[in-house]
Amino acid sequence: MRLRAAFAALAAVFCMGAASDPAERLPDPAQEARARAIFPQVRCMVCQNESIDDSDAELAHDLRRTVRDQVAAGASEAQVKAYLTDRYGEFVLLKPAFNWGNAALWSAPFLAALGGLLLLRARLRATPPSPPLTDAERERLAALSQDPPA
Amino acid sequence: MIIEIGAFALCLALVLSLAQTGLSGSARLRRSQPLAAAGEGAAIAGFLALAVAFAALMHAFVVSDFSVANVAANSHTAKPLLYRVAGTWGSHEGSMLLWCLALAGYGAGVAAFGRGLPAGLRALTLATQGALGVLFLAYTVFASNPMARLAQPPVEGRSLNPLLQDPALAVHPPFLYAGYVGMSVVFSLAVAALIEGRVDAAWARWVRPWTLAAWSMLTIGITLGAFWAYYELGWGGWWFWDPVENASFMPWLVATALLHSSIVTEKRGAIAGWTVFLALAAFTFSMLGAFLVRSGVLTSVHAFAVDPTRGVLLLAILGVASGAAFALFVWRAPALTPGGVFAPISRESSLVLNNVLLAAATATVLLGTLYPLIREAVSGEAISVGPPYFTLTFVPLMGALLLLLPAGPLLAWKRGDAAGVLQRLWAAALIALATGLAAFALVDPRHAFGAIGVAAGAWLIAGAGAELAERVRAFRVPAAESLRRLVRLPRGAWGMTLAHAGLGVFVLGACFETSWKAEAAQALPIGGSLDVGAYHLVLEDVRAVEGPNYLAERGRIRATRGERLVCEAAPERRFFLTGGQTTSEVAICQRGASHLYLVLGERRASASGASVWLVRAYWNPWASLIFFGPVIMALGGLVSLSDRRLRLAVGRRAEAAS
Repeated sequence: MRLRAAFAALAAVFCMGAASDPAERLPDPAQEARARAIFPQVRCMVCQNESIDDSDAELAHDLRRTVRDQVAAGASEAQVKAYLTDRYGEFVLLKPAFNWGNAALWSAPFLAALGGLLLLRARLRATPPSPPLTDAERERLAALSQDPPA
Repeated sequence: MIIEIGAFALCLALVLSLAQTGLSGSARLRRSQPLAAAGEGAAIAGFLALAVAFAALMHAFVVSDFSVANVAANSHTAKPLLYRVAGTWGSHEGSMLLWCLALAGYGAGVAAFGRGLPAGLRALTLATQGALGVLFLAYTVFASNPMARLAQPPVEGRSLNPLLQDPALAVHPPFLYAGYVGMSVVFSLAVAALIEGRVDAAWARWVRPWTLAAWSMLTIGITLGAFWAYYELGWGGWWFWDPVENASFMPWLVATALLHSSIVTEKRGAIAGWTVFLALAAFTFSMLGAFLVRSGVLTSVHAFAVDPTRGVLLLAILGVASGAAFALFVWRAPALTPGGVFAPISRESSLVLNNVLLAAATATVLLGTLYPLIREAVSGEAISVGPPYFTLTFVPLMGALLLLLPAGPLLAWKRGDAAGVLQRLWAAALIALATGLAAFALVDPRHAFGAIGVAAGAWLIAGAGAELAERVRAFRVPAAESLRRLVRLPRGAWGMTLAHAGLGVFVLGACFETSWKAEAAQALPIGGSLDVGAYHLVLEDVRAVEGPNYLAERGRIRATRGERLVCEAAPERRFFLTGGQTTSEVAICQRGASHLYLVLGERRASASGASVWLVRAYWNPWASLIFFGPVIMALGGLVSLSDRRLRLAVGRRAEAAS
């Protein structure tokens, strides 16, 4: 136990290691699992587009500790996210919130597919009449049909 | 001296591109054979000039000529030869030169092998390709000259980012660029066809080999990048939905859609307008990728050649080239003939459905990548769009595609028979169901998504098998007859079967790995141990070793399963003297298709003062399939490319015979 305390102190100073670091883990495996489920959805804001699950940066460490503390205190996933967005804005969430500002983002993929399907249906319904033969084509057809089969 | 020759050759290439555009364009206007031949000559000469320029820059990197600004900023004498060579394309300037080289190379390819094309279309294609060359070469010469000299050369260079000093990454950009830029030929062919006002089956057939070649290269390039991320970034991830990854993935999705839509245009003369649109879109997405990656408008884990001031210029090039092309499309496309009629259940419909889903998937990736910019511009709020978004949107769209995929190749043209197709697929469906149920029941812990993914992978592979069986009429004619048919199967058919089965292999690997990977981490003293999956790991010792340009700690980890020794791994933690960066060199023990992935972390002091090392171990089941699947897909593309029907010289031979 003394060893773990020493690690925790060290890690707090130097911020070493990503989410699986034994020095950071919560003692209760169920709580730890809940915290780990939240990490991939939270951005390490100072990193180059990494979640706090992957990042080694100091901020990621602090955020992981914040999330773990919240989870240990009994907060739900939604509560933890609300806590984070209150302090850091929506930017901190890698999974954009379902709100009106993001309505276009969430609906577009399925609207695009639906639009494509409607276009396909329109294409299937419209049976374009084949263009009438030109005089030259008519002559050629006549000439061809007179040729004996090879 | 040599670098001046290179600089001269680079300027010469720009002039030759201008000449190529002018000569080929006027050749079409005046229908002049000599002018067309001169345009082709300019295309080939331009490529040679760029090859000289590229070789000159490479020479400067190999001999570490630090009077060249680009070399001083990106190389170091202590770097191994391979990475000095790869340094040529490791920087912004060098990679743009590689881009130009590929662009000129494809132009020269059209000039040399495009004899089968009608003279007018060929000349216009070369003129367009030349115009693209002018844009990118002018950018290279005036805004990102890789040959610039330094007045006071430093004694030592600043070295390449150590993360990039890796064999897979050394060859990753050439493949990626061969893919990106390969789409330029398709783009030029589309512009030429729009100017000519004729998009027919013959045109679609000319588009196909170039698309196939570029698609195969891009597939390999993306896979190499994913593989590099997998073992170099040190936590076993291989795809992060990062803007840079998305930038390379969007052209791939569009090229995949184009490969399928051009089949419809080739066989049935239908959806010609859409095929042309995709042909323009593929290279547009390539250019958009170049802009996104280099401009730094989006933050990314992989952006290594960022320069915001030049981003604007790249955006301008994108605007000019694609803007002109799409304006031409809007003007000319309505005149294109609508083509053949087909029923709702038909091969055509299935291919169009494939395109609908791929286009929606591309739109998803594009929107997800750009939405933070849009939202910030509109409301000033900063948001992030990360992997969870793509999992919830892209994955269902692709899931629908995978579900329908095996049915497509079994449907007849014009009017298909749904009941007949289902009858031919019941065995594949049974195999998929059984595999999925087995995965659900046998693999611990239970994971429904993983089981569904495994079933989807099995469905694709078995579906590809069913399609092959159908082609050779297996079990319906004598075995000898089936075998005879199998041998005579066209390469194009093999290519499709391989590509679809390869996708299945990828899906199997990706879903299995994502669902059932296990990890463990522990600070271990020498002799300490930890368990991951069924394996027991012992840290035997840690030694200091000295590399060519780094110092490292190398651990020796003994992995055992039960009593049996599985492997002795030697992960390293490297400290690079120039730049002061630390990287971890992962050790991977191959266990069948699965990986035992071991990382040596930093040294710490335990409470008693003894050294301990943070060791991370990941059990990545079936991880090999993630990279092996796309290789099979690319192989399918290349096999299909070698089909007689698509061979570039076929038209010429037919011409000679007549």
